[in-house]
Parts: sequence; C-alpha cells; structure tokens
Amino acid sequence: MDKREYQWAWLMVLPVVLVVAFSAIMPLMTVVNYSLQDIFGPDSRFFVGTEWFKEVLRDPALHGALFRQIIFSGAVLLIQIPLGIALALCLPKKGPWVSVSLVLLALPLLVPWNVVGTIWQVFARPDVGLAGVFLNSIGLDYNYTGDAIDAWVTVLIMDVWHWTSLVILLCYAGLQAIPDAFYQAARIDGASRWAVFRYIELPKLKGVLLIAILLRFIFSFRIYAEPFVLTGGGPGNATTFLSQRLTTMAVGQFDLGPAAAFSLIYFLIILLFSYVFYLTILNMDREG
Amino acid sequence: MGSNRRYIFLGLWLVFLMLPIYWLLMMSLKTNQEILSTFSLWPQNLTVDNYVKIFTDATWYPGYINSTLYVVLNVVISLTVALPAAYAFSRYKFLGDKHLFFWLLTNIMAPPAVFLLPFFELYNSVGLYDTHIAVALAHTLFTVPLAVWILEGFMSGVPKEIDETAYLDGYSWPRFFLTIFLPLIRSGVGVTAFFCFMFSWVELLIARTITSTEAKPIAVTMTRTVGASGLDWGLLATAGVLTLVPGALVIWFVRKHIARGFALGRV
Amino acid sequence: MARIELNNLAHQYAPGGDYALQPMQHVWEDGGAYALLGPSGCGKTTLLNIISGLLQPSEGRVMFGDRDVTTLAPEQRNIGQVFQFPVIYDTMSVFDNLAFPLRNRKLGEDYVARRVTHIATMLGLDGVLKRRANNLTADAKQKISLGRGLVREDVAAVLFDEPLTVIDPHLKWQLRRKLREVHEQLNLTLVYVTHDQTEALTFADKVVVMLAGQVLQVGTPQDLFERPAHTFVGYFIGSPGMNFFDCQVEGSEAIVDGERIPVDPAMAEAARRAGGLLQLGIRPGLIRPAEDGEPGHTIKVDTVEDLGDYELVTGHLGQHKLHVRLEASEKISGDGLRVVFPKENALLYSDDRLVGQGEKNGG
Repeated sequence: MDKREYQWAWLMVLPVVLVVAFSAIMPLMTVVNYSLQDIFGPDSRFFVGTEWFKEVLRDPALHGALFRQIIFSGAVLLIQIPLGIALALCLPKKGPWVSVSLVLLALPLLVPWNVVGTIWQVFARPDVGLAGVFLNSIGLDYNYTGDAIDAWVTVLIMDVWHWTSLVILLCYAGLQAIPDAFYQAARIDGASRWAVFRYIELPKLKGVLLIAILLRFIFSFRIYAEPFVLTGGGPGNATTFLSQRLTTMAVGQFDLGPAAAFSLIYFLIILLFSYVFYLTILNMDREG
Repeated sequence: MGSNRRYIFLGLWLVFLMLPIYWLLMMSLKTNQEILSTFSLWPQNLTVDNYVKIFTDATWYPGYINSTLYVVLNVVISLTVALPAAYAFSRYKFLGDKHLFFWLLTNIMAPPAVFLLPFFELYNSVGLYDTHIAVALAHTLFTVPLAVWILEGFMSGVPKEIDETAYLDGYSWPRFFLTIFLPLIRSGVGVTAFFCFMFSWVELLIARTITSTEAKPIAVTMTRTVGASGLDWGLLATAGVLTLVPGALVIWFVRKHIARGFALGRV
Repeated sequence: MARIELNNLAHQYAPGGDYALQPMQHVWEDGGAYALLGPSGCGKTTLLNIISGLLQPSEGRVMFGDRDVTTLAPEQRNIGQVFQFPVIYDTMSVFDNLAFPLRNRKLGEDYVARRVTHIATMLGLDGVLKRRANNLTADAKQKISLGRGLVREDVAAVLFDEPLTVIDPHLKWQLRRKLREVHEQLNLTLVYVTHDQTEALTFADKVVVMLAGQVLQVGTPQDLFERPAHTFVGYFIGSPGMNFFDCQVEGSEAIVDGERIPVDPAMAEAARRAGGLLQLGIRPGLIRPAEDGEPGHTIKVDTVEDLGDYELVTGHLGQHKLHVRLEASEKISGDGLRVVFPKENALLYSDDRLVGQGEKNGG
C-alpha cells in the first residue's frame, strides 16, 4: 500500500489518457454542444439553453422507457445475482469437468449481441421455435410478438441466458480464492452449510459481487441490440428501453437536440447509481 | 453432502444454456420447407444448402476478415497502452491518480447509444470513417479502462521487492518490464486480452454506425444479407451459427488460462 | 480430554500409490503436549488432518480414549484446530467468533456468554470482545482461533498447524508462553505441528520427529538430544547437528580411519549383530578436550568461531569432517586438538538407525 510518489508516472499513463480522451472527450463535447442548440443544418444553429432538457424531462415516452428500464434492471439484478452465486457454488472445484463447465458457461458471453437476439428469435417463435412450440403444446397461449407480458418475460429470460454466466464466473473466481482452512475450521466449529455460506463465502465474495452488480447494472441499463432484434421494442412499446428510445430519437427522427440532452441525463443516472453504490460499499467496510 | 443435487442443478443450467444454440444449429441444417411444415427435434432431411449459399456469397467472407482485423487491432492497442498505465497505477502515487482512475472507469459506463452520432461525426471529420482502425479506436473507449482495471489487480499481486531488486541489478525499466515483469503476470495479460476480445467482438451498435462497406463487421453483414431476403429461417440460423464459431474457438483455446487467471487474480 | 491412540495407522492419497504416511502405532498420553517436527512434505500435516478428521486414513484406526473416531467427522470429534493463517469470521465481533462453535451446538445464551467471557479472560481478549475480529492483529486473530477451540468444555485435544508462521518474531514467544499457560490450566492434550526445532523443543513434553511419512522417534527433547534414534534426528536437532563417521566395529571399539574409539560393549555387540552400514555418532557438545596424559584422538583444526558462550571448532578426524563445541575458556594451540569421545556419548548406528533399540520407536 505504501506507494512511492512519482510524478513522471504520468508519462506511463499518458497513452491511455490520449487514446480514451480521443474517443470520449470530443464526442462528449459534441453531445453537450447538441444538447444546448437547435440544429437545422450545418450553418443554422440556435442556442436554446436548457430548453431540450426541459422538453425531455416532460416527455411521456421517455418516462415510460425509463420506468420499464428501471423495472428491467431491477429484475435482472434480483434474478442474476442470487442465481449466479448459487450456480458458482455448484461448480466443481477441480477435475476435468471444470474446463468443460467454464467453456460452456462462457459461450453465451461471446455471442455478438444482435445474434443473441437472433438465437432467441429462432428459439422462442411460437411457429418454428423449440420453446415457443413446446409452451403452446402444453396449453400455454404463448406468443412474444403479440403479447406484452410474454415479450417482456422473453426478453428477461434472454438476458438471464446471456449474462448470468458473467456473475457465475466472477463468483467462481472469488470462491476459488478462499483458502481450505476456512472450510476446515467451519467444519470443526460445527457450522451448518448455511452458516458456511453466510459467514465465510458471502463476506469473501463481497469484492467480486461489487464488480458483478456494477457491471450487470450498467450493461442491463444500456441494453439495446438484443431486444431490438427479438421484439423491435414491441409489441407496442412494451420492451422499448432507454437506449432504443434514444436511438429512435437520434437516428430515426433526427431530433439531435433532445436526443443529446437525453443522452446526458441517461449517462448521469448510470454515474449516480454507480457512485452511490460505490460509497455504500465503502461505508459498509468501515463499520465496526 | 448434497453434491448430487448440486450437479443436477448445474447440469440443468448447462442444458438451458445449450438448448437455444442447439436449436439454432438444427434449424441451420433444415430446409425452409421442413422448418415451416413439420416440427422435429432434429432435421428429417439433413441439408447443408444454407451453408453452401452463405459460403458462395462473395459479400460474406470480407465480413469475417473485417471483424477479425478490428478486434485484433483493438486487443493490441488496448494492451499496449494499458500495460504501462496499469503499472503506474499499481506502483506509484501521482497527482490526480485516483480521479484519473475513476474517470477511466466512467467510460465503461457510457451507453454506446449516446456516442453514436458524435462518433459518426468524429471519424468522418478525421477521415477514418469506414476503416478498421476507427472501429478499433472506438472500442478502446471501454476496452482500455477495463484492461487497466484488470491488469492493475494482477500487478498489485506482484511484490514490489521484485522491481527494486531488478533496478539494483542495473535493469532499465523497459528491459525489466519486458523480461521480468510481463512473464510474471502472463496469465493476467491472457485474461485481459480475452476480455478485450470479448467486448470488441460482441459490440455491434458502434461498429455498425462507423462502417459502411470496407470495414463492415461479420454479424452485420449476415443479418443484413438475411434481412433483405425476408424471413428465411434456415439462412438466418446458419448466419447465427457462423458468428458463434470464432467466439467458441477462442474460448476453447484459452480455457486453461481462463481457469488459472480466475484462480489467481481478483478479476 | 483424551488419550490419542493411532492403531496401525497408514495413509495413501491414491490406492496403490506411495504412502504419505507409513504404517505406525502410537499412543499419546492424555494431557500431553506433543510436537510433530519435520521438514516440509514429511507428512506431519497429513497426520494432523487425520487426527482432526479432515482426512480419513486409508488404513488403521484412530482412538480418542476408548472411542473409535476413525470415521467421525471433525465436528463430532471434540477437537479444536488452529491453522497456519488466522481463520476468523470477518464479519463477526470477537464475541460472536468465540460463541460460534457453542451456538452451532444450540447451547443457551447464558451459558455461551459465561464460557466466552471465561475463555476471553484467560486469553487476554476480554478488552476487545465487542470489536470486529477483522480489524485485529495477527496474534490476536490466532488467539481467537485458539479460543474457538477452547470454549467447548468437552474439547478433547487442540491441534496446531504451524500457528506462529504469520506472527511477528517478538510476539512469538509471548504467544507460545500463552499456549503453555493454557496447557497447564486446562490440562488439554495439545498437538503442535512445526518445522522449527526451537518451537518444538520449547513447547512440547514429547517431540515426534517425522521424515518421508515415517515417525523416526518420539521422545522428550532430552531423548532427542542425547539418544537420537535415527541419524536424521541427529542432524536435524541441535545446531550444528550430530557428527557421524563411517566405521567398523572390533571388540568394543569403533574404528574410524584407523582411529580406535572405545564404545559401550553392549552397543558394539548389537552393532556387530545388526551389520549393514555402520556409523559412529556423537554430539559436538559432548566431545571434550583430553586432559594431560589422557589417551585421546588428535583432530586437525580448520576454523574456530567464537560464538560468545562457546567456541565452535570445525576440523577433521582423518578424512571425516567434524564439529566440536568447546567452553569459551578452552585454549586451542596450534592446529591440532586432542579430544576424547566419552564412551557413554558415542553411539553406533546401523543403516541410519541407532543399534540396540529393536523396533521400538513408539513412546
């Protein structure tokens, strides 16, 4: 922890700063610029101040998208974090099955995001999909292209399919790092399986869980390609989340000003959540 | 101790993960007629027509080359700039280090949708639109911070005494870094490269926005080709299968390192 | 509290593989403090884990008193264990840590509070009971580990697996003294694994020396010093280790490079019967300078180190290198030194084993 003070270290960090700044700062400036102007063409722009922000904050379509987004991200965390921990506990600790399991688990993470949508489209269609045909054959009236709840549940299950592996792999890494002595001591102390989880595994997983929750929140909050391919945001607006609404505004309707204002609000929500979450964890550490 | 129940649960989960992929594969091997008329768990009339159709389409293979090119470029750039930076963060205190680190991390959080238009404008104005380097650079926005974050974790695990001993022995920094330090954290570098590959490979929103023909990614090529000809399920499934292959190959080759990297570092 | 009996115990990690533990037969007395001493990989931790029940032996039985515990799980054996690195429950207070084994056994809170306070006072932890265990120093954490073993009144034995590894050197002796104190107060059977001979010799009533899965000797520190049962024990214990010379035995004399050294006649007889590779062994500190006119042997002196209380002479007897420890007042003149190998301290070894001991290594 006793790091040396060394200002020349900036030279080592400089390439990173330059590369990231090129892709981050200039585009961000552009967005801020758009958000404050009304743009008709390259040469006719008007400064409109916070007008776009006010308009965006009053837009009911955005409220709907934001509401759906919060419910969706909440559901994602509530399902994937406990499920990921449980499955990580089920993974074997050593032996030939470790590699096999890890490879199979990692596979969904390496599917291009729009192809995830394609896979589930093919899988869940009530006419040609395995899951769709199966559900209808056991008497459920399932059709994700027509029914809002079906569509919503399908998108959620698709996300669970796609991303739970990330939580599993992170937790598995965390579990691997717990020395055997802890389990041995717990056995000698007569601890139940639950007590081992509650007092040894869960506290030791805190670090990786922080990362898992943050990443899952961020990536679920910016979800775009998968539902876009699967449902196109429908039926109606049932599965239109923030990114899709934003893309429609910016690319579809070319409402650059509101889209930019909206972008900034969107970014701030994510930053705020991450920051609050980060502080909460820090405080939990200091207690006692 | 209930280990059977554990493995049954895990087994069921793996089946759940594989079912959609199995179905995709099966559909790619069926004729459209079969897909629409009968429902069967495996092809009654096995056909590779869909694959033949895609492989003979001249617009197909450049997509593969494009994706591979920009992903590799991205991994190389990310590692090259992230390695010295991660070393600096793990070893030194300097003005604004904590703020800089947090600023880097915020870039992982930025929704790509926010950057679509600005990226388009930016790369257009510097004449990089529709080039591989543009996609690689755009992806560094989230791969570089991620790489710095992961590598810093691995590097902090290496005792500082090693550095000091090497300097006393008269090693210059570059020589020490390349010949002593890098080999020590090679599984960390492997894990980092894997994550960079993964995020660059799966991202398509940005890649699609800043390319048109010359650097168009494979997954876009496929879904566009397929989309144009209506709902051709067999062809769509085949395109899907073919985009899975590179990812699956990469995981298979790095599986040992991933397991070791996970065991070593705080990822 | 219990006597620990190891009946024909042996262990292989894989059937048909090498023995991690060679077959052994031992009885460890109730209330004794035993140290398992040996280099890394000698099987001492394997033996400890078999006693604690973390590992099931592939052969033989483990008895605690009259109870056969071979197949019992650790929590059913009434033992405590302190590991190399402090094992504490991070999120709990010190009190909750100590109460944990009792609460797991569903004992009343009144009783729990009484026991925890009693043990905490004994270990000097009473001042920090309300603190989070996570924020304490390594030695306090090790005391908590120990306390979790001691809170249970029915605890039969406490096992230690190199418990001082992570403790600051200046705190080591304090913690070791605390261990001795606890041992005297509670009269528990203690088993202490270490590769450090000082720790073993100062802690234990009986030391069990192990090498390559075999128990070479069980004895008091004095036994190990005066009559090592195996050449390895001679080398490993004492600093510097015992001197060994290849020799032949004629009558009641051992012949080393032509030097005829008188030995105990019974021992010489036993050595002749044992045959094999014969060696004469003697501690550097038990060789004494010859008095004027006394018959002795001349050794060639190479170096003399002054180590404060004593002088360490490194020299040669014929072709053989040897160490001699002399009182600091002894004067060494020239490069020759006449010494005597006292008969009672010159021991004979056949194929590394002390002759005349039969097969008895057991305590």
